[in-house]
Amino acid sequence: MKLTIQHLYADMMNLYGDRGNVISIKKRCEWRGIEVEVVDVGLGEAIRPTGCDVFLFGGGQDREQTLLVEDLSGSKGRELKAIAEDGGVILGVCGGYQLMGHYYETPEGEKLPGVGIFDMHTRPRRPDEPRLIGNVLARVRPLESETGTTPREIVGFENHGGRTELGGGAEPLADVISGHGNNGRDGTEGARRLNSYGTYLHGSLLPKNPWLTDQLVLNALRRVDDSFELEPLDDAAEGAAFASVAGRVRAGRG
Amino acid sequence: MPGVVARRVDPKVLSRLSGKLPRGSAAVTGTNGKTTTTRMVAKILQVAGVRAVNNSTGANLVTGVTAALVADSSLFGKPRSEMGLFEVDEANVPKVAAEAELSLLAVLNLFRDQLDRYGELAYTAKVIASSFPDLPEGGSVVLNADDPLVASLGRSAEKPIFFGVDEPSLDTGTLQHIADSKDCPVCGTALSYEAVYFGHMGVYGCGNCGFERPDPAYRATRIRMDGPRGTDFLLTTPHGGIGVRIALPGLYNVYNALAAATVAGEMGVRPTEIARGLREFGGAFGRVERVRAGEKEVFLLLIKNPVGFNEILRTFLSGPDGRLSKPRNVLIAINDNDADGRDVSWLWDVDFEMLAGSDAGTNFFVTGIRAEDMAVRLKYAELPVRWAVPNRKEALRRALEATPPGETLYVLPTYTAMLELRRTLSDLGHTHPFWEDK
Ligand SMILES: [Zn+2]
Repeated sequence: MKLTIQHLYADMMNLYGDRGNVISIKKRCEWRGIEVEVVDVGLGEAIRPTGCDVFLFGGGQDREQTLLVEDLSGSKGRELKAIAEDGGVILGVCGGYQLMGHYYETPEGEKLPGVGIFDMHTRPRRPDEPRLIGNVLARVRPLESETGTTPREIVGFENHGGRTELGGGAEPLADVISGHGNNGRDGTEGARRLNSYGTYLHGSLLPKNPWLTDQLVLNALRRVDDSFELEPLDDAAEGAAFASVAGRVRAGRG
Repeated sequence: MPGVVARRVDPKVLSRLSGKLPRGSAAVTGTNGKTTTTRMVAKILQVAGVRAVNNSTGANLVTGVTAALVADSSLFGKPRSEMGLFEVDEANVPKVAAEAELSLLAVLNLFRDQLDRYGELAYTAKVIASSFPDLPEGGSVVLNADDPLVASLGRSAEKPIFFGVDEPSLDTGTLQHIADSKDCPVCGTALSYEAVYFGHMGVYGCGNCGFERPDPAYRATRIRMDGPRGTDFLLTTPHGGIGVRIALPGLYNVYNALAAATVAGEMGVRPTEIARGLREFGGAFGRVERVRAGEKEVFLLLIKNPVGFNEILRTFLSGPDGRLSKPRNVLIAINDNDADGRDVSWLWDVDFEMLAGSDAGTNFFVTGIRAEDMAVRLKYAELPVRWAVPNRKEALRRALEATPPGETLYVLPTYTAMLELRRTLSDLGHTHPFWEDK
């Protein structure tokens, strides 16, 4: 079985070391003997799903984001949305996350349409509002199907001006324990729908939260073989990195 | 020490040689940033096509200044350079000013030294001011307006030129309790601050005698910190303003760049050349420090950004095939303080993978506030980590212990980790660094 990492706009949306997410998925597959390939999907290039994919959509600058919108407004965006609705695996971080909502409003007041996977929109920071920057610790909300499982936590670093407001049809990915999250107001962080995840956390996100990496990998593999199980790995180093940041944040030294 | 010998042979050698420099000499003094500032001026002058001799090996006593000039001069005692550019230890300013024709003397700041070599700071200030009458006709004094004690020296100078920072967003709002001069240097009353940038640097005034921060002729405004990658600011000079980018983190380095711009500007260099010199300063990975530690050698290589980190890996650790060239001892120290960049995501943009697949037996040790993040990064590049010890002192001690005699320990720290490790090296008695530019 082969897993394909579909890296969307890899050359444009690669701010804040989001490459760490690609490396994390790739290595954790390789260490388990699962064949893995990284495919860059650039501007103007069509998506070619293999049936066992993880789509990664990283963060970029406003200027780059504007260029993507046109590319996403056609069939590519519709296809991504269909993949999400079908239970395909997508992770959007920061700018990529924002474009997974209905629209993203630029500081100039222009509303850039997003893919619409999540019922949400993002508005720009007002002049009197600060950028939301710092370490974040958040508790991931289990889906209804996952009740009874132990709640998991994620750590990362956020750095965004935009404020994301979730609509009634959207589930937050997590509740902020420390940090700002979606808008610095309602305590939510990120969004989730089926196997699609969106978050403001980089740092990079996946290396310090290996259980989430494994969840993305498993969700993708189970689309081909629903009995697939992942071998456990030694996550002592990742656990120490998580604990170091989480401990600091909990002690109020974020 | 050629400087000592030369001075014994000819006690007047410094004044004789410096008198032959067509454009005279400039000296930079102060507690922090002398070396960086002097090097920045040297780079600007190079860009402007001015040939300057400088004591760039950190020898900043009068003997070091003499040695630099002697080395620059022909057998017939004629300097090859047009001007002298010297970094001068605070206590040596009067000697150098008395012997060398200083057309310009810049005072960066006065902080309490950890060893408190010269006693009270006020005394050091007096020592520096005592040299002003020795400056030749038309010689100028450049002072930091934001350091009250340094600014107060302007009262003893004829036409002092001030530089300062005007950036309200960098106001920390609080005077650190370790601040060195909280009191008015003129009358001793507590100063009131409108803005505090760091330490005792800021915008201040005395409610009692009216002493206040002088208006700077050279200013840095609109400062934007770009983590470890660098800093942007707007430089205003009496000869025009220009946007400046430096490849160094931290407000300290804005002060260094601003001081360098002031010195260069007063020597007649145009703002465009100043900006170009500052932009080109430091190159990919700035300064390399080599320190002898008993039978071992320590290479300190400052990490500023992914590009610089890659350059260091390529230059010092990898062989022609790109893999690790031979067994090395490498200590990586990652902090996430403001001056380092609080977000360590950038570690994932560094190509550690270039070293992978090697069985050269290199020992990777990691330390710093973000030691664990660094360990994970190396793990995912399939590079084995011997240990991760966040405490910098402890880690350096252990890494030195693990380095066999005759071998080199490569220390790759981010900015504030470098300051800490340098202090630890000096506490261990390993001082007298040797400077190199790359
Ligand atoms: Zn006073």
